[in-house]
Amino acid sequence: MAHGFLKLLKSVVLGLAALASTAQAGESIVLASTTSTEQSGLFNFILPIFEKDSGIAVKVVALGTGQALDVGRRGDADVLLVHDRAAEDKFVAEGYGVDRRDVMYNDFVLVGPAADAAGVKGAKDAVDAFGRIARKGASWVSRGDRSGTHAAELRFWQSAGVEPKGQGWYKEAGAGMGPTLNMAAGMGAYTLADRGTWASFKNRQDLAILCAGDPKLYNPYGVMLVNPARHPHVKRAAGERFINWITSAEGRRAISAYRIGNEQLFYPLPVAR
Amino acid sequence: MSGLGAAFSDAFALLAGFDHQVAEIVTLSLEVSGLAVLLGTLIGLPLGACLGVGRFPGRQLLVVMLNGCMGLPSVVVGVVVYLALSRSGPLGYLGLLYSPTAMVIAQTVLVVPLMAAIARQVVEDAWREYEEELTAMGFRWAGRVRVLLYDCRHSLLVALLAGLGRAMSEVGAVMIVGGNIDRSTRTMTTAIALETSKGDLPLAVALGMVLLAVILLLNGVAYALRQWAMRRYA
Amino acid sequence: MFPLKVTDLRWRVGGRAVLDGLTLELGGDGITILLGPNGAGKSVLLRSLCGLIEPESGHIDFGGGPRPDFGVAMVFQQPKMLRDSLLGNVELALRPLGAAAAERRSRAHAVLERVGLAHRATDSARGLSGGERQRLALARAWITRPRLLLLDEPTASLDPSSVEAIERIVREIRTEGTRILMTTHNLGQATRLADDVVFMDAGRVCEHAPVQRFFARPASQAARLYILGELPWRMAF
Repeated sequence: MAHGFLKLLKSVVLGLAALASTAQAGESIVLASTTSTEQSGLFNFILPIFEKDSGIAVKVVALGTGQALDVGRRGDADVLLVHDRAAEDKFVAEGYGVDRRDVMYNDFVLVGPAADAAGVKGAKDAVDAFGRIARKGASWVSRGDRSGTHAAELRFWQSAGVEPKGQGWYKEAGAGMGPTLNMAAGMGAYTLADRGTWASFKNRQDLAILCAGDPKLYNPYGVMLVNPARHPHVKRAAGERFINWITSAEGRRAISAYRIGNEQLFYPLPVAR
Repeated sequence: MSGLGAAFSDAFALLAGFDHQVAEIVTLSLEVSGLAVLLGTLIGLPLGACLGVGRFPGRQLLVVMLNGCMGLPSVVVGVVVYLALSRSGPLGYLGLLYSPTAMVIAQTVLVVPLMAAIARQVVEDAWREYEEELTAMGFRWAGRVRVLLYDCRHSLLVALLAGLGRAMSEVGAVMIVGGNIDRSTRTMTTAIALETSKGDLPLAVALGMVLLAVILLLNGVAYALRQWAMRRYA
Repeated sequence: MFPLKVTDLRWRVGGRAVLDGLTLELGGDGITILLGPNGAGKSVLLRSLCGLIEPESGHIDFGGGPRPDFGVAMVFQQPKMLRDSLLGNVELALRPLGAAAAERRSRAHAVLERVGLAHRATDSARGLSGGERQRLALARAWITRPRLLLLDEPTASLDPSSVEAIERIVREIRTEGTRILMTTHNLGQATRLADDVVFMDAGRVCEHAPVQRFFARPASQAARLYILGELPWRMAF
């Protein structure tokens, strides 16, 4: 009996050791990022290029921008790549992040049922489209998860002079972009999506892009290192190398080269600090 | 073609072209959940057996708490383990967050109460049967626990299966502490959650079927083992 | 451990006195048969002697001290066997004594040999017949080389040849120096095995006498009636 117990214990130790060794095969950094970049397939395309070049494995934890910033605040990531400029600046100002740089942008798209009860199809002005949806009381699914997309959506409501919270037609999913799109598709509701996730989303059912191209729908992504002065275990050298790479000519080429079908999803930004 | 039937037929087609990435995910799931259940066996079964055999003040309160913990939501366990393993948490210096080891820890926390509660019931029943004999032979509590755990080994397979089922099918805890990192901490359940959120429902169903098949296979093996043992030991 | 002195033992269950001022003294060797009607308190006496029951009052004195941790073995009327081999079940009794694995194994083989179950050593104990199971239970007690062995109706509901096998083993255990206290309802068995007889009724000892005198001239009325109460067993033609 005691023998069996020891054998069991031994196998647990060996198993954990094996797991740990496969996990730490080489140098790696943790990149907290957004569901939009992960689920659009961008990382699957560009990270192997960086890994091959640098020998550094990038472990992507995909969360909403708000959550990703929280993870960085606790020191559980080395690098952040997110899309909420106001929150990013606050993060850096509070001393949690350093070396913030612009990386790339894409745009938000307003999607909704093809029947388009609110009549926003082809709207040139996104704020006007939001206003029409509110006036019509057409169903809207919000991310409701403090993500970058959620923050952008709230800015549009504010510009349109609408307080959507608590309205019958306004539903907060409290979920990522994908689940929110699943909900909107299921309910025949409108929602704001980033173009990357939309392009790779497969369960569209009746949903279509109704409003896009307004400069206000601009969606920029920034990258930054978690402040090593605050969290000494942050892998500074490897993290900086990643930041340098993704903002370099080579990194920008990789971002430009990623396409779904014939559509380019992300556009690199010139380095402006 | 977006109904349930279509999802299933697409799922079969995907499984036919089973690729190595799916195999990697299945392997990681089995490793993580298997280790969690082994740890659960080492911690939960003796714990449950002690509660089944022992008679001490506060025992009934402990039993109720243990039974209650069986229903602990995995997300809660995930958040608690996350806060403990976070760099800003008490165990942050270990640097375990977003690693398979972190997932093993979270799942162990999840399965220990379940396995202990089942072991408590099984061992308590056996204890009623053997109480006089073992006491007369001079067994103290540690000896009683060991003898009864050994005697109930076939019934306790149920505890292992229940633990394995819970560990393999939970998504909340591994998602939070593992981070669903591609090729590192992506398990069957987090992959299913990911594919669902990408709207790729056929692939999600396909992965779900793989998960079900693996769990069924393990249950089949355990059932056969138990049948054999019942014939062997009457 | 001997003389074993039991003084004024009292134990009640549900208001009924099961042991009602029981006093008894046992010397160092031989087989004592405990007789008495159902409910006389025989099994309760055995359980208090092996420490399973704490009497409400009175005390038990093992040769001038308390009950030693080991040295008293008990075989229950319906012995429970682990889901394990015969060997495993016999070795079980040596575990609390801290015997090493090799010693447990060799002693288990030896004792199974002596009760005639060596050929089934690796079979499952749960598959034994009633008689084999009692022999295994005796082996499990014997292996600890107890000073005092308590047997609670070891031959109840066994066929005559099984009874004979059990009686042979009990005699052998006694020959090796173990004191035996045993209950039975089989008066023939009492005359075959006993050195002395303790007759109990209503939680007390009515009579403690050498076997021949007990059956020839029972001193108490209760014992006389008990002996006469044996139902006719020879068929009348």
